[in-house]
Amino acid sequence: MTQDQATEQHTGILVVGGGEAGVAVATQLRTLGYAEAVTIVGGEPYAPYQRPPLSKGFLNGTEDEESLELRASEFFEEQRIVVWTGRRVEQLDLGTNCTGGVATLDDGSRVSYDGLALATGASARTLPGIPPGLRGVHTLRGMADAIALRAALDGSAEVVVIGGGFIGLEVAATARSRGARVTVVETMSRLLQRLCAPPLSEHCLKVHRDAGIDVLLDCSVASLRASHGAVTGVELDDGTVLRASLVVVGIGAVPDIELAQAAGLRCQRGVVVDAAGRTGRVDVVAAGDCTVQRHPHRVDALLGIESVHNAVEQGKAAAHVLLGLEPPAPATPWFWSDQGDLKIQMAGISDGYDDHVVRKVDDRLTVLYYRHGNLIAVEVANNPREFMILRRALDKGHHIDRDRAEDVATPLRELVQSP
Amino acid sequence: MPKVIYTSPDGRAHTVDARIGASVMETAVKHGIPGIVAECGGALSCATCHVFVATSWIDQTGTAEDFEDEMLDDATTPRQSHSRLSCQIRLTDEFDGLEVTIAPEQ
Repeated sequence: MTQDQATEQHTGILVVGGGEAGVAVATQLRTLGYAEAVTIVGGEPYAPYQRPPLSKGFLNGTEDEESLELRASEFFEEQRIVVWTGRRVEQLDLGTNCTGGVATLDDGSRVSYDGLALATGASARTLPGIPPGLRGVHTLRGMADAIALRAALDGSAEVVVIGGGFIGLEVAATARSRGARVTVVETMSRLLQRLCAPPLSEHCLKVHRDAGIDVLLDCSVASLRASHGAVTGVELDDGTVLRASLVVVGIGAVPDIELAQAAGLRCQRGVVVDAAGRTGRVDVVAAGDCTVQRHPHRVDALLGIESVHNAVEQGKAAAHVLLGLEPPAPATPWFWSDQGDLKIQMAGISDGYDDHVVRKVDDRLTVLYYRHGNLIAVEVANNPREFMILRRALDKGHHIDRDRAEDVATPLRELVQSP
Repeated sequence: MPKVIYTSPDGRAHTVDARIGASVMETAVKHGIPGIVAECGGALSCATCHVFVATSWIDQTGTAEDFEDEMLDDATTPRQSHSRLSCQIRLTDEFDGLEVTIAPEQ
């Protein structure tokens, strides 16, 4: 379709991105009583779905595409939320007076809007230097990736996972449980380096090694070996070659900011916003994995909070902002990861801590992080009871005495003090 | 299709046709039943899908075990003997007519 023939439409709020953040914006607008048209444009050919199970239950076959749907199609109809799948916004014209703009889609059609929410998410970072189209090399971010990886796992006896973050370790644990020989290659000196502090990294390393996963730390990939267009191995920087019929690259995600950047919004790795998704323009908000916000403990640093919780909370807050309403106070961010029998739950941002307390009993671990004497974050492994108590304490600003917390015989519940 | 009847904290009842194999939590979230937050989407990590199972149904649903039991102990709304995290109840035809009341705070 050429520009001349293109259709012109108008919507009240245009939501770019059909993930958790986009759906949160749209549904919250309705909860707040917004009556005008709401349109979600999702680039993927699937109705909005949950991503976390893609590396866990979906990969091991206990969940299917239908169970991952975020909402039933009837729900969107009842709420009068229009969801376009498989269509992309190619260009944004934000206009000049903060009262709306125009989006151009990949089919040339144009949609004018009064308010805009960017929830474009992030893409899997790829390993440089891999020949395009090399079979047996996968990343995992979306449904299509997961469908392909699940099929590839079926016939793979030797799996190399590049990257010891959440996604890499979740995939490694799943592959191992299916009987594959699994090696994880991590460039840093510990697992989950970007996500948590050393005590949990060490715990995690032991669990995975005990499960029979080979974990190589301080180890970089030099190149991939291939034959007839399919990967056969991974060559490390020390010359070792690991045989592999499947290579999974899990080295983080890059926020999708091309649209925001081209439209002139402030971006620095992600779209720069506050906890409520404010971009500096009253008619444009951004939420979820495409954003960065002020680091809670480091001056002048920006932080991307890649989690379902942030996507949903920031999306809801952003809906308030679009309607000129005061958003609720931000809640403590939290994260989870299930890696085989290892259940990790984390709340708060530990980066910036100056003191910590480890509580460890058998395979249960709890770490409390303090800064200037205040509890700022917690991480637990296989200890959901303590997580429940600690997450609530963080949310409510309650104190837990660090010295008394060191005694594992004292239940944490007894240590929570109101300010 | 089993029907599930949810009673919201405000006392309103919502009847939903569930997909066999779906959880009680998933069925509620997909239909926008108010009160079930389900932050973790069913990973047994957040305890924000707390329900009270009608006493006549507790034999069928069973009671909480292991991690679910621990999380309920410190759930935001104090647990009762028939408390469950609704992500852990998978629906079959035998659950047609299941009644649950959503905990007031998640």
